[in-house]
Amino acid sequence: MDFFIQLLVNGLSIGFLYGLAAMGFVMIFKSSSVLNFAHGELMALGAFVFLVLIGWAELPVYLAFPLTLVFCFVLGFVVERLFLRPLIGEPLIYVIMLTVGLASMFKGAMLLIWGGNLYTFPDFLPEGLAIQWGSVNIPPVYAVSIVIGLIFLMLFGLFFKYSSQGIYMRSVADNQPAALSLGVHVRKVFALSWAIAALVAGMSGIVLGIINGINVHDLSSIGLKVFPVVILGGLDSIGGAVIGGIIIGLLETFTGGYLSTSLRDVVPYIVLVFILMVKPYGLFGLVEIERV
Amino acid sequence: MQEDTLLQLNNISVVYSDVIQVLKGVSLAVTEKHIACLLGSNGAGKTTTLKAISGLLKTENGKVTDGDIVYEKALIQNSPPEAITRRGIIQVLEGRQPFKYLTIEENLRVGTATRWGKPYGKDLEMIYDYFPPLRKRRKTLAGYCSGGELQMLVMGRALMAHPKLLLLDEPSLGLAPLVVKEIFDIIERINREQGTTIVLVEQNANMALRIAHYGYIMENGRIVMEGEAADLKKNPDIKEFYLGMGAGGDAKSYRDVKSYKRRKRWL
Ligand SMILES: Nc1ncnc2c1ncn2[C@@H]1O[C@H](COP(=O)(O)OP(=O)(O)O)[C@@H](O)[C@H]1O
Ligand SMILES: [Mg+2]
Repeated sequence: MDFFIQLLVNGLSIGFLYGLAAMGFVMIFKSSSVLNFAHGELMALGAFVFLVLIGWAELPVYLAFPLTLVFCFVLGFVVERLFLRPLIGEPLIYVIMLTVGLASMFKGAMLLIWGGNLYTFPDFLPEGLAIQWGSVNIPPVYAVSIVIGLIFLMLFGLFFKYSSQGIYMRSVADNQPAALSLGVHVRKVFALSWAIAALVAGMSGIVLGIINGINVHDLSSIGLKVFPVVILGGLDSIGGAVIGGIIIGLLETFTGGYLSTSLRDVVPYIVLVFILMVKPYGLFGLVEIERV
Repeated sequence: MQEDTLLQLNNISVVYSDVIQVLKGVSLAVTEKHIACLLGSNGAGKTTTLKAISGLLKTENGKVTDGDIVYEKALIQNSPPEAITRRGIIQVLEGRQPFKYLTIEENLRVGTATRWGKPYGKDLEMIYDYFPPLRKRRKTLAGYCSGGELQMLVMGRALMAHPKLLLLDEPSLGLAPLVVKEIFDIIERINREQGTTIVLVEQNANMALRIAHYGYIMENGRIVMEGEAADLKKNPDIKEFYLGMGAGGDAKSYRDVKSYKRRKRWL
């Protein structure tokens, strides 16, 4: 029983991180139909920037964390401006290939600076955050990851549901010509979705870095996990991305805990195939509204 | 240019994809606070004319290659839609084009994009007063609304932007006659009460000439006739071919229409 609860908590917190990362991915896809293959690299970049700020510059966490997020947000803007914007109007496959190129470029740059070594953050999470409950022991980072996940999900939920900018973003995803006809600045919406995506990617990179250590290869390959997550959740559903993330996270930890650690990367894909056989658009994929 | 002319097209040509010429020297003038209607059959170039004004041509790889578009004394041809909408020109697209997965009220809020950050509560109230069915369904996804409700929605959405010039593309398309009447009554009220200048594109000449002040008739990318709405209504050619009231009262055959078109080239 305790083992079960332990796995449940671990699975949930990893799942939240996958979900957050996937949310950024879905946001870019929804607004501009671009599959961003550089998502894992953006996660790794966030982790390394945080490492530099906290380890090398020795800034306190409450400064380093927001600064990293600001850096990622700005980076997203810049990437959109420099690389994506000139391709607006070109066939989508060019744009997607461009993101593959961006991925190698980022990865190359990070390998050049930090090499392929494994780094760890200095221990900065207070032990008081750890939760001890019977023989269940939840390390601080897992608790923190669930809390951060929940806070950001709520913030984004509110942003998309109620703020004008959030509604403009959804309008572009829904019907781009109509959005243009009302004067929605579609290019700004693309830029904003890249910025937000880079921000959440960086944030999940940081927390995953705390859990697993920071390594260019590991973090950017975790980026590949967003694919099963978003396919499961439905490529165009932000809420679905989060739930897809949680499911994959839980499947992984439970497989690792009860079956074998060598199966933990495989079983989620098997389950994915079965779910897709029943629900081809993913669990929360938009079913086209026909009545118009 | 007359003092009260809000918009003027001077001999414009429009080409899609660098080769397909659709408009061949179109000129028209729209008087401030008036309704001008642009009539013509399918494929005449009406939508293209509106898109040339609103700048949406750009997104379809179209371009104004000749002539100019003057709006409030500024040249606006080939400007991007973000700039043109901010000058107060809003186009309501053909076929309604709602944001299906947004609620009615969220759809209306997208209309505030050109004046982001300004209060919009009063405007919502105004829209709901013009279009009472929308108030009841404010929380419904637009994808689940009827054609009449959607036409109200997309016009209301455009009004949220406080347009000076509203471009309406076939608002009657696919609606039941009673609903069409309701929509046209509201268009007239908006023009009268808000002082919004309107360019109304229609195939339903009957309804359009009833509320318009002035009319243009378009064929094959050219304006072939224009005049005060009252005069157009009396014109025998128009009666025959657009208002469906042949001299003998019987429906005209396709051949007759063809010969009419040939004759009209010389107008
Ligand atoms: N994006 C486009 N590319 C090429 N040709 C187009 C495009 N849009 C419209 N056309 C052509 O231009 C002509 C006029 O179309 P349109 O302006 O939509 O007419 P209307 O609105 O009067 O029915 C048609 O022959 C149509 O095939
Ligand atoms: Mg048309």
